[in-house]
Amino acid sequence: MTAPAVEMHAYSVSFGEFQALQEVNLSVPQGAFVAIVGPNGAGKSTLLKALLGLERGLLRDGPTQVSGTVRVMGLPPRQVPPGWVGYVPQVKGFDRSFPALALEVVVSGLRRRWPFIITAQERKKAEAMLDKVGALALANRRLGRLSGGELQRVYLARSLIREPRLLLLDEPATGVDVVGEADLYRHLEAYQAERGATVLMITHDWEAAQHHASAVLVLNRRVVGYGPPEQVLCHECLSQAFGHVGHGHNLVLGGRA
Amino acid sequence: MMEALQLPFLQRALLAGLLVGGLASYLGVMVVQRRLSFLGDGLAHAAFAGVALGLLLHEEPLWVAIPFAVGVSLAITWVRERSNLGDDTAIGIFFAVSVALGVLFMSMRQGFAPDAVAYLFGSILTVTQTDLWVMGFIALGVALLAPVWSHWAYATFDRELALADRQPVLLYDYLLAGLIALVVVVSVKVVGIVLIAAFIVIPAATARLLSRTFSAMTVISVAIGVFSVVPGLAAAYLFDVPAGSAIVLVQALLFALALTLRR
Repeated sequence: MTAPAVEMHAYSVSFGEFQALQEVNLSVPQGAFVAIVGPNGAGKSTLLKALLGLERGLLRDGPTQVSGTVRVMGLPPRQVPPGWVGYVPQVKGFDRSFPALALEVVVSGLRRRWPFIITAQERKKAEAMLDKVGALALANRRLGRLSGGELQRVYLARSLIREPRLLLLDEPATGVDVVGEADLYRHLEAYQAERGATVLMITHDWEAAQHHASAVLVLNRRVVGYGPPEQVLCHECLSQAFGHVGHGHNLVLGGRA
Repeated sequence: MMEALQLPFLQRALLAGLLVGGLASYLGVMVVQRRLSFLGDGLAHAAFAGVALGLLLHEEPLWVAIPFAVGVSLAITWVRERSNLGDDTAIGIFFAVSVALGVLFMSMRQGFAPDAVAYLFGSILTVTQTDLWVMGFIALGVALLAPVWSHWAYATFDRELALADRQPVLLYDYLLAGLIALVVVVSVKVVGIVLIAAFIVIPAATARLLSRTFSAMTVISVAIGVFSVVPGLAAAYLFDVPAGSAIVLVQALLFALALTLRR
């Protein structure tokens, strides 16, 4: 019996007065593909950060209170070997002014430090991974010259090269066109099939989530719904999470025109 | 010109210039890429307060300025980590306090203080054997800490990813802040308090314009920092102008060139 990939018990986080997560209970079996949906400010990113052991933010957010427990592969997040977890942060947080080539970004995922010189072996490995996500042509391109979608591919390669058991993606489909999004799911599913890894992905695209995810987590500071997509993405659950819901699942949410 | 290099005080000046030129431009890449250019100014003025206190106490200014500037630098870092105040605000507060203290210490001294002017605008020819030893010691320390470059660079690239990879980002931040303060203090005699920030920032900014990678930026910055000292000192010797001004103007010229030549 293997430990669940992710387990949370009565987990709460608040930043000063603001409660970001409230009494979250969650168990994700290994090998699952969970789409996390919810309105802006629902604590989706905070949940991913909790799994990385970064719930206290970058220490600049004032007093943070945390209660409850989190386990990743049965371990407290900070005791999980860093290589086990791959993380693709939100594209809007990237500092594109940093002078770097796409290849270096991928190698940094492998080394977990910034490379001064890239070895031939590292280059080969990074190029193979970029090739896998259809971004080999970007290897020697500067970070500042990549589009949002291209940057996502590079960061995906960066996280996959570690061969993580748990992959956390924060809105990887934002700023990516429809073809790019289909590609993204294809890469993730291929990686899962190959490694049996668990994927947790924040998304605003319900339709895609419904087709690809094995489970959907509807979050609005607390767990509103969690289970197979056809059960969770029902009208009642969604209106509970969002206040009101239009017809069908093609919702237009804040942050997405 | 060549016979001038026989003069011991000029040899000391050249060696001091090369050492602090290399150190300032090396740490400068982190300063520039982390958008902390104002930190150099803040710490230069902390060094001013330290020097003023040293002169007031009739102590060697270096031994007072070093702990003072390092203390201020660590305090700035602490405030930055602990609050939502912008970096510029955190630095600005310590900048103001340092200047106020420096002026206060100066005013408490009896009579005119010609040596204070030397610290404000630099006086590379007064570099002593002790100054050189301290610079050499710091350079050795920074060289031994070369592997930390990849940790600093990683956190500069993306602080969150570095933290997610269990890097002791905070510890390295404090280390960087302390080293920058040390380099600022030993640069005082070479370029002067008012020009130190430029000395740290311009080589790195120039290198940034010419580099596709962070490692290239680092190498080019150090090259500019070291080699701009030679024509700068030569100009200072030939035209009898302050060395600090001459070095910084050479660097500014290189920056202007890079700006026009960049692809």
